[in-house]
Amino acid sequence: MQWNSFSDFIHMGGYGLYVWGSFGICALAMIIEPLILQSRNQKIRRQVKRQGGQP
Amino acid sequence: MNWFKYASPASFYPLAGKLIPYFAAITVVLLAIGLWISFFVAPTDFQQGEGYRIIFVHVPASWMSMFIYCVMAFWSALGLIFNTRLSGMMTQALAPTGALFAFLSLVTGSLWGKPMWGTWWVWDARLTSQLILFFLYLGYLALTSAIDDSRRRDKAGAILSLVGVVNVPIIYFSVIWWNTLHQGASVSMTKAPTMAHTMLMGMLIMALAFWGYTIAMGLKRVRCIILEREMSSEWIKKNAVE
Amino acid sequence: MNLFTTVFIMVRRDLILALRHKSELLTALFFFVIVVNLLPLGVGPDPKLLSKIAPGVLWIGALLATLLGLPRLFAHDYQDGSLEQLSLSPHSFTLIVLGKIMAHWLVAGLPVVLITPFLGIQFNLSGPIIAVMMATLLLGTPVLSLIGSIGAALTLGVRGGGVLLSLLILPLYIPVLIFGAGAAEAYRSGLDMSGYFWLLAALDILALFFAPWVSAVALKVALE
Repeated sequence: MQWNSFSDFIHMGGYGLYVWGSFGICALAMIIEPLILQSRNQKIRRQVKRQGGQP
Repeated sequence: MNWFKYASPASFYPLAGKLIPYFAAITVVLLAIGLWISFFVAPTDFQQGEGYRIIFVHVPASWMSMFIYCVMAFWSALGLIFNTRLSGMMTQALAPTGALFAFLSLVTGSLWGKPMWGTWWVWDARLTSQLILFFLYLGYLALTSAIDDSRRRDKAGAILSLVGVVNVPIIYFSVIWWNTLHQGASVSMTKAPTMAHTMLMGMLIMALAFWGYTIAMGLKRVRCIILEREMSSEWIKKNAVE
Repeated sequence: MNLFTTVFIMVRRDLILALRHKSELLTALFFFVIVVNLLPLGVGPDPKLLSKIAPGVLWIGALLATLLGLPRLFAHDYQDGSLEQLSLSPHSFTLIVLGKIMAHWLVAGLPVVLITPFLGIQFNLSGPIIAVMMATLLLGTPVLSLIGSIGAALTLGVRGGGVLLSLLILPLYIPVLIFGAGAAEAYRSGLDMSGYFWLLAALDILALFFAPWVSAVALKVALE
């Protein structure tokens, strides 16, 4: 374990902005994409139901 | 097992639905392990300090962006040869995720470059060819979203991605050539940190996590595409919407 | 000889059609000249700087000038239905497409090569570099027309076709740009530049074999 404290962990030896920026944008993308797909899925399902595609 | 059975959207749709949770679970588990290795197991690099930890998302994202482009070309070839409808849908389902990874690779590369090379962008061969790969993804997405007829969209997209995959090695080679010609102008690069065993492990696990994520997203998107295209067909009316 | 006559007849037909619209014929050329001439206005008239960036500028101008005519490559024939007729003719459609591509190069690519010496003088280029530029353009512009035809075929009749075409095709032009502009650079630095010519020639051959065929396939998809 190379971190003495939580603030040490956030600071990342001076590279905090870059490291957390990189991991952050990846996390953001990988959260947003499923959400977009979920809403696309729900939209199309509503449309199918409206067309009389009842189970 | 008859693989061609699943080449029809009607039988692939429920299969994809069943597979998504497994791949999602694999992704979450691998991400947890990968992140743990990235931050707690991998040692501090003696040259780049903690800054090198960006490698754990940057390299897997770059790998995935290239890998997905090849997979798209594979589906495209399959679609043109066997004339299966599912292939075109799979190609289109993967493209946005591939473009996303190419974009993430560029952004994280730039975030890595700023502290290491002192600049957000270097015209280095790898960064430049990654940028071009991103452009190729954009071209594919633009073409497929501009064509309304789904048969033509599938085929035109397949042709474009095959043309792209043939050109990628040529482009890559030419960019390396260009880079060596203009060597004087480029910033001297610090070598990538020497791979410790744990670092390689972390990268591999993160890459596998991204791979699982890609499959889950691909399947999720292909289900949307199938529903959108086959909205009026009988099998959807019967059982797709529960 | 039948193969060559198919191509030849097609080239002649397209050239005659192009000559009827003289304004269109000169558009690409004037575009090239104007784009290249805008550059000194943007970066300043320093002769040293201009002669340094001239090869890249001429090449980018050539890329854009080629792009300009591409949307029209198949569009006229597509609209009046003659493209469909041609695709059903007993002659090889690939060769017909090749003929159309060659006609496009004669109209868009060759004039660019021929006007280059004048622009080279404006950019303070020496005689040998102008010769190198002309040689690379002569080798490279056919590749531009050939690869471009694939984009033209894929975007045929698609909304927003022209802009879309540039988005698809420009990334694929990168190797030609690098080898083409690189040769002049190599000459200036006193390096051996035969490699550039071989690479351009290799691209020519590759594109000549694959591009007309791929375009023909893409056109058939568009005509379905």
